[in-house]
Amino acid sequence: MNQWGIIWAARESFFNGLLATLELFIIAAVVGLAIGIFLCYVMEYQQRLVDRMIIGFVSLMRAVPFLILAYLLYYGLPEVGISMEAWTAGLLALIIYHGAYFFEILRSQRRLFSAGYIEAAVSQGFSRYKIFKRIVLPNIFSSALPLLGNQLIICLKDTAFLCIITVQEITAAANGVQSTYFIPFNAFIVAIALYWGISILLELMIKRLSHYGAKRGMTHA
Amino acid sequence: MDAMAWQLLIEGAWTTLWISGVAIAFGVVIGLVIAFIRMMKIPVVDQILVVYISLARATPLVTLVLFLFLSLPTLGINMDKTLAAIVALTLNTSAFNAEIWRNAFRNFPREQREAAESVGMRRWTYFRCIMLPQMWIESLPALVNEMSFLIKGSPAIAVIGVVDLTRVTNRISSDTYEPLSPILAAGLLYVVIIGLLLKLQSMAERKAKRLAR
Repeated sequence: MNQWGIIWAARESFFNGLLATLELFIIAAVVGLAIGIFLCYVMEYQQRLVDRMIIGFVSLMRAVPFLILAYLLYYGLPEVGISMEAWTAGLLALIIYHGAYFFEILRSQRRLFSAGYIEAAVSQGFSRYKIFKRIVLPNIFSSALPLLGNQLIICLKDTAFLCIITVQEITAAANGVQSTYFIPFNAFIVAIALYWGISILLELMIKRLSHYGAKRGMTHA
Repeated sequence: MDAMAWQLLIEGAWTTLWISGVAIAFGVVIGLVIAFIRMMKIPVVDQILVVYISLARATPLVTLVLFLFLSLPTLGINMDKTLAAIVALTLNTSAFNAEIWRNAFRNFPREQREAAESVGMRRWTYFRCIMLPQMWIESLPALVNEMSFLIKGSPAIAVIGVVDLTRVTNRISSDTYEPLSPILAAGLLYVVIIGLLLKLQSMAERKAKRLAR
């Protein structure tokens, strides 16, 4: 009657759940960030119509819960003939939703970024792409780091919603173990500990990155 | 979608709103109490609160709701699903609110306290009449922001069978076999609710900016 013994015996399903969560989270974070940066670059061209569309889309994403987007992709889209597996729909929802938030964070820092830097770069003959890559991006990225870190943790937590659309991640694994062996307390303690561990690692990583940014002299931007 | 579906959606929206509303009301007050206790820096208690805040911020709502609803009965505490949902949302939002309030405590100018003491004001009177109103205005934008995060997280309570605005779409589509329109309609209702909160937030921000120090 050792409950922790049962948990240990079921370690494989927790391990698989952890891998699934990490995979979803890392792909969503990397692709989402790339989308955020790309949209930020597009905004540099100041095309009115395009900017409006981007901002409208991002505001919409900020006003709906993540689960509604996941529902839309997984349950809603098959009605118009687009069927996806739960995993794909979940990952796509994570990428779209968090891409919008990453963009919003970068944009808020971009607006605070001093125009003097850009004028200086223009007068030196930098192209728009070079200015963005060499001057704007490193600066806004490092000043946005704390906010991005927060958003990464929210992204990690949002992966748990995907167990509702039947993706087998940590929470689904814990739920499976508890319903098989009737030990909900231990099963969910393990799940919570795993999430806690990942987010502590994330916070450490963000701290490291901001030290690195400070070393490169990008704290004042 | 017919009138019946809309009625179900409105009922779902109401469930989401009142459960989140209760959690928000408790969460703001509990957050203030936690921040207050943390400012006193009592050993052990302070560390426990730090662990609680860190844990609550890292735990997904879905996991927390499932944990409370399924595991508390094994410890002899029985909760119905609505109560479990409220407790989970409150535990979550309190931790975030505690950080917001603590920030307001820490940024509060010292001179006001010195002035209050020099006219012989008691500590409690000082806190109630001078600190709290200013901290409230100062923190309101962040608190409202947290409220909209809570509402965006609230679909998690659907996992234990509370029929909220997200879950109700399943119920409608199991009748009509047309899931797309109820989901879009639910999304629209969320946009209205959260849009109002964002509006409130920008109003609160304007008011906080006027608070000259």
